[in-house]
Amino acid sequence: MEHSPPPFFKRGPTPLVRLLLCSLLSIALLILDARYGYLEGIRKVVSVIVYPLQRLATAPRALLGTLGEFFVTQSSLRTENAKLTAQSLNDAVMLRKYAALAAENAHLRDLLAARQRFPESTLFAEVLYAGRDLFTRKIVIDKGQQHGVKPGQPVIDQIGVVGQVTRIYPWLSEVTLITDKEQTVPVQNLRNGLRAVLGGTGNDGQLELKFIPLNADFQNGDQLVTSGIDGVYPPGLPVAEVSNVERNAAYLFATITCKPLAGVTSHSQILVLNWENKLPERPVEEPKTPRAKKSRRER
Amino acid sequence: MQARDTSLHEILLPVRTGFIVFTFIAALLVNLLPWSGWWVYVKPDFVALVVLYWCIQQPRKVGFTSAWLLGLMMDVAEGSLFGQHALAYSVLAFAGIVLHRRVLMFTMRDQILHVVVLLLLNDVIVLGVRMFAGAGFPGLRYFAGSLTAAALWPVLTYLFKLPQRPAPDPDRV
Repeated sequence: MEHSPPPFFKRGPTPLVRLLLCSLLSIALLILDARYGYLEGIRKVVSVIVYPLQRLATAPRALLGTLGEFFVTQSSLRTENAKLTAQSLNDAVMLRKYAALAAENAHLRDLLAARQRFPESTLFAEVLYAGRDLFTRKIVIDKGQQHGVKPGQPVIDQIGVVGQVTRIYPWLSEVTLITDKEQTVPVQNLRNGLRAVLGGTGNDGQLELKFIPLNADFQNGDQLVTSGIDGVYPPGLPVAEVSNVERNAAYLFATITCKPLAGVTSHSQILVLNWENKLPERPVEEPKTPRAKKSRRER
Repeated sequence: MQARDTSLHEILLPVRTGFIVFTFIAALLVNLLPWSGWWVYVKPDFVALVVLYWCIQQPRKVGFTSAWLLGLMMDVAEGSLFGQHALAYSVLAFAGIVLHRRVLMFTMRDQILHVVVLLLLNDVIVLGVRMFAGAGFPGLRYFAGSLTAAALWPVLTYLFKLPQRPAPDPDRV
């Protein structure tokens, strides 16, 4: 083609026309995606095309991991084995206690006619890669729709909450980390039970408690766990630790920064929680305004 | 007028379409590698760089269609808004096609100056789209990738021209 004469008469539309066409098409896609979310189907189709490349790109690291496992020395394996045996003995005792406590708890809840907590199952997943889109804090994991992942499921590691599944593909899914700017987690202070909303700041390793009055009792080092009132995260999962409390009377709210507990940026294995909270239907609000006001104050 | 780089005017074999496709796939693959830490910021957008390269070198073979489709693939792989890379790469392809005669007249150093501006434009478009959709500004380090990409331009030119170089003449010593 390079050495053939240029076609003088048939050259198609000019570059400017083509650019306008492509831009209009892209902008139409952008609006459809950002405003209406119509394009999840197309996204899935393209993801199937890109999927082999994605797996191929992460294959060398996986291969290195397997090679590393192959060359582990026997002594390190034996020490690890001994450690794990001791750990499992210790855990077995705790588990016995847990079983007894769980039975007792169920019994007591029966007695009090309280709602039973639903058992949760977990799905093990590996992180394929993290944080390519510089505007959001997301990771991509190697389990998707085919493995039963559903959007909205919470994701944890061995320490605490990592994030939430926000988009699923046939074999992959995207997890938005709790440090993402638009991600919020309802939490509770472990020390005094105060409820709050924890939001990401968009920076790694920094979270912020939102809309906390200046006189609220939060101190450095307070542990925050999920409160479970949202029906998304099961109650009692560790989320973050308060790292700095700033009370400036010039502002309406205190600035409380927290540090995530889970290795939000550094993990490679995570668990997807299959947890369905069947909350009872929200009571229908009565049209009378005074009652509505009263119930809001109660909350 | 300053002396031109002789390497710009060497006689090359025609480029094979298979090779272009191969470079696109390779660029996508490198972009999809699990980059982490500060590498995420320093890492050039290889797909943008390769699209720009082919649009400047072979504007009649590579153009809007391939740029736009590659943009869609990047959008899906990154999980970003659908169409942001497609838009940015289309503009990049336009700039490459319109400027291809001009850019190739310059020495390698001056080509880099052209390329860095075009790649920064690519970044600004993506940034504009995201900020319009409500994202925050990720800091000036966001632009670092384009500088690395422009620095890689001479390497890319050398590597991509290798298959086009004729075999050395066996009659000469």
